[in-house]
Amino acid sequence: MKQLFGPPRALQERPTHYCPGCTHGIIHRLIAEVIDELGVQEKTIGIAPVGCSVFAYDYFNVDMQQAAHGRAPAVATGIKRVLPDRVVFAYQGDGDLASIGAAEIIHAASRGEKITVIFVNNTLYGMTGGQMAPTTLLTQKTTTSPLGRKEGQHGFPLKITEMLALAAGAAYVARVSVHNPTHIARTRKSILEAFKTQIAGRGFSIVEVLSTCPTNWGLSPLESLKWLEENMIPFYPLGVLKAPGGEGMK
Amino acid sequence: MGELLLMKGNEAIGEAAIRAGCQAYFAYPITPQNELGEYLARRMPEESRVFLQAESEVAAINMVYGAAGAGARAMTSSSSPGISLKQEGISYIAAAELPCVIVNMVRGGPGLGSIQPAQSDYFQATKGGGHGDYRLIVFGPSTIQELVDLTGLAFELADKYRNPVMILGDGALGQMMEPVEFPAMDEVTLPLKPWATTGMKGRPQNVINSLHLDPEDLDRHNAHLQEKYRAIARQEVRYELENQDADYFLVAYGTTARVARNAMHKAQGEGHRVGLIRPVTLWPFPDAAFAKVLDRARAFLTVEMSAGQMVEDVRLAVNGRAPVHFYGRTGGVIPSQQEIYEALIKIIQGGEKA
Ligand SMILES: Cc1ncc(C[n+]2csc(CCOP(=O)(O)OP(=O)(O)O)c2C)c(N)n1
Repeated sequence: MKQLFGPPRALQERPTHYCPGCTHGIIHRLIAEVIDELGVQEKTIGIAPVGCSVFAYDYFNVDMQQAAHGRAPAVATGIKRVLPDRVVFAYQGDGDLASIGAAEIIHAASRGEKITVIFVNNTLYGMTGGQMAPTTLLTQKTTTSPLGRKEGQHGFPLKITEMLALAAGAAYVARVSVHNPTHIARTRKSILEAFKTQIAGRGFSIVEVLSTCPTNWGLSPLESLKWLEENMIPFYPLGVLKAPGGEGMK
Repeated sequence: MGELLLMKGNEAIGEAAIRAGCQAYFAYPITPQNELGEYLARRMPEESRVFLQAESEVAAINMVYGAAGAGARAMTSSSSPGISLKQEGISYIAAAELPCVIVNMVRGGPGLGSIQPAQSDYFQATKGGGHGDYRLIVFGPSTIQELVDLTGLAFELADKYRNPVMILGDGALGQMMEPVEFPAMDEVTLPLKPWATTGMKGRPQNVINSLHLDPEDLDRHNAHLQEKYRAIARQEVRYELENQDADYFLVAYGTTARVARNAMHKAQGEGHRVGLIRPVTLWPFPDAAFAKVLDRARAFLTVEMSAGQMVEDVRLAVNGRAPVHFYGRTGGVIPSQQEIYEALIKIIQGGEKA
């Protein structure tokens, strides 16, 4: 009997530790499907961040390195520079990438490192219990902005992906979301494009994925998807910001 | 016997690293070690190897983590403030058991301090430096030739033990020129690293990691690391002992040992029985050198370009069996032969309490 559908080879068959309704699992699967589709499982090295997805090395079935908080782009750079014919991707949360690791991501993009970064934005620090991140929306309540984020006190949310699109070394930059099946399919396509950009040697590629955190948002999984759609997308518009063919920068 | 070249210490480390098969070097500018990065910026591409100037010392050490984890011989260098920035990364590297070489051309501290030579990073280098229970193998070279020889050995031991090795130089060594001889190109055979993350072709997944959330698991991992450190302490101690039958011993490493040796010669010329213990490995510390002389040694004088750091290890090695004195200058001042000589004579004449 011919099998038409099954778990991706680039994913290990084991349950994840993610909370119900968290979208890290979906994003893992999409990356693994892309690795399978490109046939690069045996030459891919992934980097797990510090954050909820720290155990990504237990889920992806490719070689993995676990990086210090925020430093995944530097670790990816080290790997890719010594193994230029391999496929290297870093998986990072928004605290990891946009706060403590802001320098590493900007300079990896600026140098045009031929790596792919999957940037999972859930608007807060999930693993440590829901503190404010640079990406936290105005008025959004977190454990360290208990009355809601106020610009005068906490500063403004940071659209770091737009900043990265300005880097000359960045070849593919997109923001996508996984709040419904249509967008999940688009996310898969963007991740595929990002990996292809790397493999073609065109430069740095990054896909920001808007994601949920029902536990720290204090919402049900379903309410979380709705909250993402109604609050995050208006501030973090979806689309391809930059692509090798000249697409984007709208 | 190869040809002798006249070279600056910083550049000599660079060439020695190339001869040792260093495949990737990650730089960030800081005085007094800039010549090393500048030398390798030219030489690494000539040999089709990786030179990259990182955006910070933090990034540089994490690039080392990635490259070393991918199986390459990797190196970074800096001076004191930059080495402080690298500490989290060094702790991860030690925990994940990645081989690499880290050069610290120490300058005066604390803070921004000075750009002159110092030995005030001894504690940081030999007692861990970053968080957690770990050790670096630490070398304290005192000539440019020794810098070259120990750079080669550093890569070898890093691979042998899967452990970071630090070369603890000082600003003076980096800047000074001396004739040196290098091993031939392509003399080293690089070891296989079946644990490296090179892509899982033909084998199961490899993971480079330092996270062990289960307490029992982390306890076991730490026990494994400690066992490795004990093996290193048994096998890799290196030191120089001059005039073993002396009554009084100077103890010094690096640039300071050169001046201390001159002070020793001056005192010997006046009929005093003075010897020198020069640790070459600062960790593991050469307790064995002290054991050899403790039966007759009447006192030790430790000389450092610090407020007194290695002297604590000397006291542990001597273990109360003789007085241990200290003489040090800080801030970039190199103790003079005369100063050391006078401190020594005071002890010999009994005017100085330990
Ligand atoms: C140097 C350092 N600082 C702080 C931490 C604590 N820490 C662990 S996870 C985390 C937050 C990660 O949040 P994010 O990147 O948004 O990912 P998420 O957990 O939301 O997926 C922090 C601050 C750490 N491990 N290391």
